[in-house]
Amino acid sequence: MATTEVQELEALRSGGEEAFLGLVRRHHAAMVRVAQIYVSRRDIAEEVAQEAWLGALRGLDRFEGRSSLKTWLFRIVTNLAKTRAVREGRTIPFSALRAPDTVPEPAVEPERFRPSDDPRWPGHWASKPTEWPEHRLLESESLARIHEAIDALPDSQRAVISLRDIEGWSADEVCNALELSETNQRVLLHRARSKVRAAMERYFDE
Amino acid sequence: MSEATVEALSCQELVELVTAYLERALTAEDHARFEEHLATCGTCEVYLEQMRATIRLAGEMTVEDLSPEAERELLSAFRSWRGR
Repeated sequence: MATTEVQELEALRSGGEEAFLGLVRRHHAAMVRVAQIYVSRRDIAEEVAQEAWLGALRGLDRFEGRSSLKTWLFRIVTNLAKTRAVREGRTIPFSALRAPDTVPEPAVEPERFRPSDDPRWPGHWASKPTEWPEHRLLESESLARIHEAIDALPDSQRAVISLRDIEGWSADEVCNALELSETNQRVLLHRARSKVRAAMERYFDE
Repeated sequence: MSEATVEALSCQELVELVTAYLERALTAEDHARFEEHLATCGTCEVYLEQMRATIRLAGEMTVEDLSPEAERELLSAFRSWRGR
């Protein structure tokens, strides 16, 4: 465990409310997104995340620090979410997680490229992306749009891009928490980022 | 490496490799093909920059999903846990 985590854990165990709230504020949103992979409905995912915090408190004394606090927390969420999914009669979408859909999801619509039998430039841009104006990237509306685009993704893609790009987790941490292979993690991330880029392009081109 | 063995990437192929490229997960050969293509294709450079901008923007997002009621509830759970 990292030093800050050890300190955090000590603060928690000695009853520090600020330490607890800090942890909740940092991880709750991501916990909801992870739970949503399994239970799909947002309101149920929210309940699962809350339940996970209570579970974490109950288990805190037994937590030995063999894994990081974060890994441990997310394992609790995943387990609770799976149980809840079964109770809700939902088949856990292992396939969605373990093997992303084999149906290809091109990063960019094929129509935007010249056909593969083009005599001069097969597979090259026909409808080119243009540079985004730097000042618009800084507008709060852009952040709102990216939020929307991420929310609209399929559950597993949303979870992966949230953990990687919003929360700043490493690929390894995500693979671990979501029980994904390296390749599948990358495919989900690629599909998610590509769709979000496309949504932003539509917005900037409006 | 002889020229005949290394086939150039098309733009359509490149866009599918962007994440693997940014994750440094491409083979040395594919990495070289990727950068070779970029060096001569301004449009793909724009595309890559858009992907980077997308990642940067996502990193600036703060997701405050916790409702005040939920926070209060968790805090009271924490207090009763502490007072056990």
